[in-house]
Amino acid sequence: MADVYVTGIDMIRFGRYPDRTVVQLAAEAALGALDDCGLGIRDIEALYSGNIGETMTGQRTLQLLGQTGIPVVNCTNACATGATAFREGWTAIKAGLYDIVLCIGVEKMQPGMIVKKKVGNEPLPAEGVIGSETMPAVFGMMGMEHSRLYGTTLEQFAKVSVKNHHHSTLNPKAMYQKETPLEEVLNAEMIAYPNTKLMCSVNVDGAAAAVLMSEKKARELGLARRAARVLASALASDPWTERNLVMQDVNTVTQYAARTAYEMAGVGPGDLDLVELHDCFATAEIPHYENLGLCPAGEGGRLIDAGETALGGRIPVNVSGGLLSKGHPLGATGIANIYEIVTHLRGEAGARQVPNARIGLTHVVGLGSACAVHILEKV
Amino acid sequence: MEHTASALPQPATSYTRVRGDGSAYLVGSRCTQCGAKFLGERGNCGHCGARDALESYELASRGRLYNYTIVNRSYPGITVPFVSAVVDLEDGTSIKGNLIGVEPVAEAIPFGMPVRVVFRPAETANAEARGFVAHFFEPA
Repeated sequence: MADVYVTGIDMIRFGRYPDRTVVQLAAEAALGALDDCGLGIRDIEALYSGNIGETMTGQRTLQLLGQTGIPVVNCTNACATGATAFREGWTAIKAGLYDIVLCIGVEKMQPGMIVKKKVGNEPLPAEGVIGSETMPAVFGMMGMEHSRLYGTTLEQFAKVSVKNHHHSTLNPKAMYQKETPLEEVLNAEMIAYPNTKLMCSVNVDGAAAAVLMSEKKARELGLARRAARVLASALASDPWTERNLVMQDVNTVTQYAARTAYEMAGVGPGDLDLVELHDCFATAEIPHYENLGLCPAGEGGRLIDAGETALGGRIPVNVSGGLLSKGHPLGATGIANIYEIVTHLRGEAGARQVPNARIGLTHVVGLGSACAVHILEKV
Repeated sequence: MEHTASALPQPATSYTRVRGDGSAYLVGSRCTQCGAKFLGERGNCGHCGARDALESYELASRGRLYNYTIVNRSYPGITVPFVSAVVDLEDGTSIKGNLIGVEPVAEAIPFGMPVRVVFRPAETANAEARGFVAHFFEPA
């Protein structure tokens, strides 16, 4: 099967856009990705659109770009939505259906806590009566389980926030460019122990888009030079685990997707130059070091203490600022992560450039759960 | 003394059962093929995929605290702080609920502490849940 190349990619600066619609943001990112590789909407053979908040977002985006009658697939997969749309495009090129497709992820968010929709046949909303289902609480428990197993401390989790906020000071497309010293992170309002407010990702508006091509078409159009090869695209759903139905297990699903991705790519964690992983809360990042094989189980706390995942360290993680500080517009995040990796592979990441980056990995988890892992390589 | 049907509390979850005397218990189901355990009743096994092979049982009333978080900010109208806990029951089922009868600070809540399942009016946790009965955990 043909290799798939990312030839054009872009994201809008993440932030708050009260006066603009979802599809206006999507269209801006799409035009950026098209301009990045010098194509127009008439070159696109299919569109894969990721968005959670609205319906038929892909078609309505095309109304702003050019209604060419191409197939449009609208994807939703919680926080893995954008990565799922990207993967659908990858799948179609792999299958030989198309040579050039466009993948978009977009979201407009309300500031503050996400309120979960009531699902199923429960007689009462569970929140506050049967424990908590808020995102800070779910991921608070993820961190507490890691503390229980390995003694990980509040300070170690807080250092993740310090690091990612620092990284985003170097990223002009991040929501925030502001340092948050350890004391400030620890003394911020406690939301759900051990996650303080500065250890929760920022709900922002955002959009990102990628043009995917068959290798043959990319070479034919002379676009291979700035392209990234998709070495692996893996998607997993959460397998049954002992406590999964009362305590969301995003560890096992990540381990599944990571294993598949490494096998598909023929590379291991030691071959990676940088990683963009799903730091929706500071407590998530340390367990994911282990789930993605960046260190053995139980050593995630040591990794953050030693600075190995900071820019300049052994394996920089979330140099974009991550969801914590770049921001987390749910449906856009998966493609924005890929934008970050491709930008480094091209050597165009400016002040936050990981030197000589050749291979990078992206990871997102949609709670409920879906995990997508992509591995990209400089062509 | 008999409760009239209208005076009985309503179950707060799909796996809570209320007896004629107003007392409550929780039900789970066990797969006869692979042994996996679930809250509530279901037709098929989410672990091995066996169909129509599940039997229901009454959940144990004691267990140990596996994990928790202290919730200081919740949805509008919910009383905070509270402790959201996951408990491994003696029968091997894991359930979630509020841990009460402890100071909501990490130093006061050791992992593995023995707890018992108790039933209380749900409105103690959410004022809008009047008339419902829910399970809670207490230090044992």
